[in-house]
Amino acid sequence: MDINDLRGLATVLVMVAFLGVCWWAFSPSRKKKFDDAADLPFADEENHDRSLK
Amino acid sequence: MSNHVANANSDLSYNYKVVRQFSIMAIVWGIVGMGIGVLIASQLVWPGLNDIFQPYTHFGRLRPLHTNSVIFAFGGSVLFATSYYVVQRTCQVRLFGGWLVPFTFWGWQAVIVLAAITLPLGLTTTKEYAELEWPIDILLGLVWISYAIVFFGTVVKRKTSHIYVANWFFGGFILTVAILHIVNSAAIPVTLTKSYSAYAGAADAMVQWWYGHNAVGFFLTAGFLGIMYYFVPKQAGRPVYSYQLSIVHFWALISLYIWAGSHHLHYSALPDWAQSLGMVMSLILLAPSWGGMINGIMTLSGAWHKLRTDPTLRFLVVSLSFYGMSTFEGPMMAIKTVNALSHNTDWTIGHVHSGALGWVAMISIGALYHLIPILFGRKEMWSVGLINVHFWLATSGTVLYIAAMWVNGITQGLMWRAFNQDGSLTYSFIDSIAASYGGYVVRVIGGGLFLLGMLIMAYNTYRTVRSGVSEESVDNQISSPEKAQAV
Repeated sequence: MDINDLRGLATVLVMVAFLGVCWWAFSPSRKKKFDDAADLPFADEENHDRSLK
Repeated sequence: MSNHVANANSDLSYNYKVVRQFSIMAIVWGIVGMGIGVLIASQLVWPGLNDIFQPYTHFGRLRPLHTNSVIFAFGGSVLFATSYYVVQRTCQVRLFGGWLVPFTFWGWQAVIVLAAITLPLGLTTTKEYAELEWPIDILLGLVWISYAIVFFGTVVKRKTSHIYVANWFFGGFILTVAILHIVNSAAIPVTLTKSYSAYAGAADAMVQWWYGHNAVGFFLTAGFLGIMYYFVPKQAGRPVYSYQLSIVHFWALISLYIWAGSHHLHYSALPDWAQSLGMVMSLILLAPSWGGMINGIMTLSGAWHKLRTDPTLRFLVVSLSFYGMSTFEGPMMAIKTVNALSHNTDWTIGHVHSGALGWVAMISIGALYHLIPILFGRKEMWSVGLINVHFWLATSGTVLYIAAMWVNGITQGLMWRAFNQDGSLTYSFIDSIAASYGGYVVRVIGGGLFLLGMLIMAYNTYRTVRSGVSEESVDNQISSPEKAQAV
């Protein structure tokens, strides 16, 4: 085993990490949770109004 | 725990004072920094302008003042303002940190004033974008650590279960800039105003450009993507196109950017493999950059008609177009053979400004036009028409600037590599300067238009903030919380 095996291994590991993030983000079981999260910028108007007083 | 639980907490209010302070100072420093930019651009057209007050007004002393004031004073103030605003509103909790919050404001202003004093005096470490000498670096480090405590402290005590994606980008930017600044600024002080880098030779160059490129990648990109992920959905009135894509965007962008710095050192003493690594990582970086750009622009699908009437939204969307353009140009310029033509020419300056004016400044201006009426309890800016005027000045100024620098850069690159049959150089260096003169004139015009837009913004902001005290403009005030639902 020489340094080129490590280089190849590093490339494979980064690929696996990338696919892992994609799987985690796009898995249907989390869709609802992320749709709720996307609405966060619109969820606090009452607090904002109070802050201006 | 639900996302909306904080609405039950009826005595919560946000800290808007610090957001107002940073927003106003962003406009002030924007005018100062861009004004110095127009001055040094004019010096390249009329060299006599170097002699206004020698040696302090020499190009070599004012140029780092220009870069520091637009990046750290203008861009930094925008980032403080927007991150403090967004983290409170999306975590539904008041800023954490007590006196550390005003300390970040006054400390940051002190760093800027010290930079404005020391750089014209010629006190510099000579490290690009890290020119400030060690005592100022220490102050900057303390301010930045305070910023991190305030920001992450606020995230920790949040009332929402999820950390909104904008905060991930702001957090990544704050953490990485802290590491970059501390590592790259490591130095041996000799006197109060003189120090030597802790690194030597090629290692020093690599540390510097690891810092330099990630100042672009994290300070000028990740931080402003945080702005994009809050202000584009908010101004368009609809959630981000794909929240899932934003997660992949975040992790891909931060894990790739950190490797790209060595493309600044092509054909240098840096080991060949490190140069190639930087080139390859820069090319791959195109994918997350465009993923994020598409995510931002597609947020408008179904709301495109708003662009016709809303110049603030136009600023935000056009900034994404420039972002897409400069993140395509960047990877191309990182290819070694392209870099052999572009390196050290005005093409680099053009590339930087398509990012700095087109992306960073435009999204900042859009975010500020969104913020200022909200922060001061107005329905909208004093004049929406003037926002539109500003938009066209900024867009045409940016296009003139970058087109001039493309022409100049490619001209210079081709002239420098032209050989006669006997192997001697076809052109002397001064020939390439003479050939660049027209482009320098166009750049002054482009930069001048952009600066004029900023002055109009300052006037519009002044009238917006002042309008509360005059009788005639009562109709622009939000009198009751019910009316404020629109914001």
